[in-house]
Amino acid sequence: MRGRAMAELLLQANNVAKHFGGVQALRDVSLSIRSGEIYGLIGPNGAGKTTFFNCLTGLYIPDGGGFVFDGQPLLADAPHQAAERGIARTFQNIRLFGNMTALENVMVGRHVRTGAGVLGAILQNAATRAEEAAIKQRAIDLLHYVRIEDRADDLARNLSYGDQRRLEIARALATEPKLLCLDEPAAGMNHTETDELRELIDGIRRDGTTVLLIEHDVKLVMGLCDRVAVLDYGALVIEDVPAVVQKDQRVIEAYLGA
Amino acid sequence: MSKWLNPRSAFGITLIVVALLALPFVAAMGGQAWVRILNFAILYVFLALGLNIVVGYAGLLDLGYIAFYAVGAYTYALLASPHFGLHWPFWVILPIGALVACFFGVILGSPTLKLRGDYLAIVTLGFGEIVRIFMNNLNAPINITNGAQGITLIDPVAIGDFKFSTTSQILGISMSGPQKYYYLLLALVILVIIINLRLQNSRVGRAWQAIREDEIAAKAVGINTRNLKLLAFAMGASFGGVAGGVFSAMQGFVSPESFSLIESIMILAMVVLGGMGHIPGVILGAVLLSILPEALRYGVGPIQMAVFGKMLVDPESLRMLIFGLALVLVMRFKPAGLWPSPERKRELSDAGAGNG
Repeated sequence: MRGRAMAELLLQANNVAKHFGGVQALRDVSLSIRSGEIYGLIGPNGAGKTTFFNCLTGLYIPDGGGFVFDGQPLLADAPHQAAERGIARTFQNIRLFGNMTALENVMVGRHVRTGAGVLGAILQNAATRAEEAAIKQRAIDLLHYVRIEDRADDLARNLSYGDQRRLEIARALATEPKLLCLDEPAAGMNHTETDELRELIDGIRRDGTTVLLIEHDVKLVMGLCDRVAVLDYGALVIEDVPAVVQKDQRVIEAYLGA
Repeated sequence: MSKWLNPRSAFGITLIVVALLALPFVAAMGGQAWVRILNFAILYVFLALGLNIVVGYAGLLDLGYIAFYAVGAYTYALLASPHFGLHWPFWVILPIGALVACFFGVILGSPTLKLRGDYLAIVTLGFGEIVRIFMNNLNAPINITNGAQGITLIDPVAIGDFKFSTTSQILGISMSGPQKYYYLLLALVILVIIINLRLQNSRVGRAWQAIREDEIAAKAVGINTRNLKLLAFAMGASFGGVAGGVFSAMQGFVSPESFSLIESIMILAMVVLGGMGHIPGVILGAVLLSILPEALRYGVGPIQMAVFGKMLVDPESLRMLIFGLALVLVMRFKPAGLWPSPERKRELSDAGAGNG
């Protein structure tokens, strides 16, 4: 991975700060993610990982600092624009559209890359029908990609936990992201499921999508990520390759609480 | 498409079409009043389908929907009555009514974008009352709505010399005013059903459902929730506006009394009781809830006389009692509505199995 050191930057976080009342959730966090890498973001509970995600995807407005994505600054407080620019995410506590089928969930993901409006829907003109067919085909392909194609017509809420995680990834991929942000995708998974997930994430990167991964499973992160950043009490401790991070005294302290 | 060529469903559809075409003549045997009841049933189907976009698809609880109906009705009344001396043709006014109602939909929608559930219900409820009170009081200093007296002598729907209000001979068949309105309403409501169905399985319809299911997740996949919620309000309101225009023309008279809170609640009950977000369910709910009180009006008195030999309970109160009881029972035993969408039905039975 050393050879990629000069690869172009996809995302730059510059001094991102966020506080809730008296709690400083993020203290001037700066980090950079390169195109094509799997970037791990780890840290103890409450270190600010998910807050960082929420700032990045526009759900929170940072108090200070900001992001440069793909060469352009990201607007704060505009989640739908983050998706439009190419940032997709999953949620720590899975957020699917429960009463819609798995297929429909992925089809919703195509929203931002398609354009049919009310008039098109009512008139059902050729362009709308073609777009609709393309949306459906792409959604089916993505269900195959995450290997839950046989659950296509089931309601999302009736899927097993592991399948729901996969469906959320498929829905995020449907937005054609440049950067896929996964918030603890392995949480609650057993060994087999985690191994399958590792393969899936590796495949997503091979197919050209940069991955930002929040994860508690240190083994998974160290085995999968090209570079890792560690957050503790909202501050960046270190950002480096896994081999260096693992041996860093501050990281060991943060995790062991020594 | 091949589904439509299936001979069995083709036969079913033919049967439904024949039944719908014959219905006003069957109803007329019981008197023209029954044809009017049918017309109102269709008008309620129209309204319920409009509200279904807001409540069923986008999941925005709207308790002031009748306001848009009122706006449409008054738009028609003001532009086609001696009140201002204007007599525009209905096919000009109906789109104007839709646009004006749409405008009011956006006005209601914009301040409520961040509200959901109970909070939204309260704001929309207030909006509905505000519109009614305005209609009641806009007779001074300039007389716009004629206040509580309402507006009378509204022009009926007419195409050239063909008036919908009077009896006329068509192909040798004598058709009364209400019967003619029935066919007009039927044509309009079929159009609304087609629009609803097509919206449901479209990019916009899915985005609405996504907002209903999880607004944050919807934002995260790039849905502009603000615009789409406004769109839902605007679409629902336009349907209400058109329905109001037809109501105005059919009645020949509008007053603020017709647009009280209970009407909003009734339409919402039709949507919920029928099966939120499921078009056949919403239609069933609207037909039942508009016809049941009328059927009870005619049925309760004679039945009491037959069973007890005298009037034990005032028919009017008994009617509402039975009606209320029916609502409670349906919601108790069919919480997803009388005819929920297949997915939703499965979900509820799954939940039941999980508890047992």
